[in-house]
Amino acid sequence: MLASQIGYYSLIFGLIFSILIIPISIKNFKNNQIIDSKIFSLSFFQLFFVLISFFALIISFINSDFSNETVFNNSHSTKPLFYKISGTWGNHEGSLLLWLLVLTFFIFLFLIKSKNEPKKYRILTLLFQQIIIIGFFLFLLKTSNPFNYLFPIPKEGLGLNPILQDPALAIHPPILYLGYVGSSIIFSSSLAAVVEKYISKAWAKHIKVWILASWIFLTLGIMLGSIWAYYELGWGGFWFWDPVENVSLMPWFCLTALLHCILVLEKRLLLSSWTVILSIATFMLSMSGTFLVRSGILNSVHTFANDPERGIFILIFLFILIFFSLVIFFVFHKENNQEIVKNYWLSKETAILFNNWFLMYFLSVVLIGTVYPIFLEVLSSEKISVGPPFYHKLIIPFLIPFLIFMSIGPNLNWIKSEVKKIKIQTILLFVISLLISLLILRKIGFVGLVNTILILAAFYLFLVTVKDFFLKKFKNYSQNFSHFGFSLLILSILFNSILSSEVITNLKVGEKFSFREETIIFESIKNIENKNYKSVVGYFTVKDKQNNSIQLKPELRIYNQPVIITSEADIKTTLFSDKFLVMNLVKDNEYFNVRYQVKPFMIWIWISTILLAIGGILSLFKRSYEK
Amino acid sequence: MKNKIILGALLLFFAFCFLVLFKALNNSSIYVPPKKTEKILKNFNSEDLFSENKISSDKIFVDSEFYAINIWSSWCVPCREEHPKLMELSKNTSLKLIGLNYKDNPKNAKKFIKEFGNPYFMILTDKNGIISIDLGAVGVPETFIINKDKRIIKRFLGSLSEKSLKEINLILK
Repeated sequence: MLASQIGYYSLIFGLIFSILIIPISIKNFKNNQIIDSKIFSLSFFQLFFVLISFFALIISFINSDFSNETVFNNSHSTKPLFYKISGTWGNHEGSLLLWLLVLTFFIFLFLIKSKNEPKKYRILTLLFQQIIIIGFFLFLLKTSNPFNYLFPIPKEGLGLNPILQDPALAIHPPILYLGYVGSSIIFSSSLAAVVEKYISKAWAKHIKVWILASWIFLTLGIMLGSIWAYYELGWGGFWFWDPVENVSLMPWFCLTALLHCILVLEKRLLLSSWTVILSIATFMLSMSGTFLVRSGILNSVHTFANDPERGIFILIFLFILIFFSLVIFFVFHKENNQEIVKNYWLSKETAILFNNWFLMYFLSVVLIGTVYPIFLEVLSSEKISVGPPFYHKLIIPFLIPFLIFMSIGPNLNWIKSEVKKIKIQTILLFVISLLISLLILRKIGFVGLVNTILILAAFYLFLVTVKDFFLKKFKNYSQNFSHFGFSLLILSILFNSILSSEVITNLKVGEKFSFREETIIFESIKNIENKNYKSVVGYFTVKDKQNNSIQLKPELRIYNQPVIITSEADIKTTLFSDKFLVMNLVKDNEYFNVRYQVKPFMIWIWISTILLAIGGILSLFKRSYEK
Repeated sequence: MKNKIILGALLLFFAFCFLVLFKALNNSSIYVPPKKTEKILKNFNSEDLFSENKISSDKIFVDSEFYAINIWSSWCVPCREEHPKLMELSKNTSLKLIGLNYKDNPKNAKKFIKEFGNPYFMILTDKNGIISIDLGAVGVPETFIINKDKRIIKRFLGSLSEKSLKEINLILK
């Protein structure tokens, strides 16, 4: 009760400070040579008050203060403490407060970290960022206040959605938001650089850190979401092309393209307009993601409460930002034409440009698949749903040239490469990967032309990166790491999808079922009472031909608040494969519906994504980029 | 000049996107869990809110074509918004409207009824929430429409809207 009030008023104080920053920085922009220290303290207070407000909300959740509407809607007194706290950002209001917190934190960090940059550029970045921050303040206070007061005070809360009670999901939103919001700094700073004509090698070097950091968080955030979907939703997959997943993937494509083309800008002062466009697009895609998810326009597994008023607010805000950035770009931007640079076909920058085209292609496929159904429904009131086959058909074949460019590109020189230099090793490695692929195909059987070539291409990239890692004496290890991680990711996804096997059957206690070379035995069931749910645990034994047996214990959970039944899959993970078993109730019957899956190389999908991110982290700590 | 044309075209394109999305917002659909197979209402015992007499459900669900169970509580904010709709619904004589007072303080519940009017044929209490859980309710308010064979034929999550009233009237015909 007290905490809610403190939270609410500190939000208002925060808003006052963010508005105050604007006139002071405009004055400072015109007059002085150095940045007014007032700006630092105002920005600090802005962050401070949002932080207090965020803590106040956490405290309300910990105390189960049901006079707060957000707590009432999303918590329950019997919830474990960890999930009470993570419930703070597991809902609409709290997650927006988190957005705001990260926004204010990042601009403060930017001010401190950009001491060597031109003053006017820093102030302009701050101004653009303040516009976004104020927009979010208003959005929060006007349509989604996390501190609404309820009277009479309810005795019990409505409960946090049990499928959101999962450790991976508890940290998934904050990490993802760090990535999303990091792109807001890139957005503001690129607009400021356009206005100040500061698009230069120095700017590229300075903003690269922010791009890398956002990219790392976005990568990890997407991975955590995918881990959650795999372990908690119990559908036996890690990616469903669900609109909400797509929405986080789109800025990732854009950011990955930006990550590469900022290197070209840094080294060669090329592609400057393209860099700016990508910077703007990344943030716009993050914002559209928030819009699509929060407005309830999409139907997906993430069933958030929706309120048209909120949707309209974000929609208007989003389009104001789009118009604003377009106008700034067209009015102020001049392509840098001072030095006429010659461009050769066989060079690193060309390879990066190709990489960008492919990423843009993947981005458009996902964008169309996500947004087209909405447009179609409005324009012709026809309902369609776009599923995995669409994405697979359009994306998978184009991964082949993409992988090949990824293996060739990093070994090319800037400006111009000699054709002769690349040949011998390249061909040798190509032959080796061809042999490996053939060997594998002999073992598992023919898997279709596209898959075969894809395996070949992925192995090629794999070998090239391994070779570079040792031969180049760790010269460019961060890029190497990431590309290696990516080849591993593609390989594990491929083998995972080709070699997965599944069986669905109805079993009752004591029955057996044979599947390929394994026997599934349903031993017994047991009822267990827990603090906020009852569970029915099934005991299964899976025996293979050599009589090695493993125990699997899937669970049905009946949560008490709100009453929701979830099935918890039991997954036994080894380095080579995951065994996945989930059971469901069959209505009015002693039979259970049992689904058993063997998923090879599952854990390698997470490992390779982590490698991908580690490459980014290494690059953050690397002082200077290769010559 | 060329730039201006591109800018204009882009702005027009985004304006179009804006309009489409704006329109999409208004007919956005709330996700409703897939309809479960029709369930038969189990017998339960409860207490009348006003007389505090113990009462069994098989004494209540007799002699009407249709019944509705509305789960409500005095502390539930949406229930307040819903109340006028219930008053309207109670005018329909082919339907027996039964209130189930969920986890509430009887004093507050009585005050609520006194203040807003009583649309219910009878109000039963569900002090620990078990009856609602057995019904399969996920929150307050929630309304179940039950036919004379005690089958739950329709279920409304959240407060009743104009649209849900129309749907109920269609069923009653």
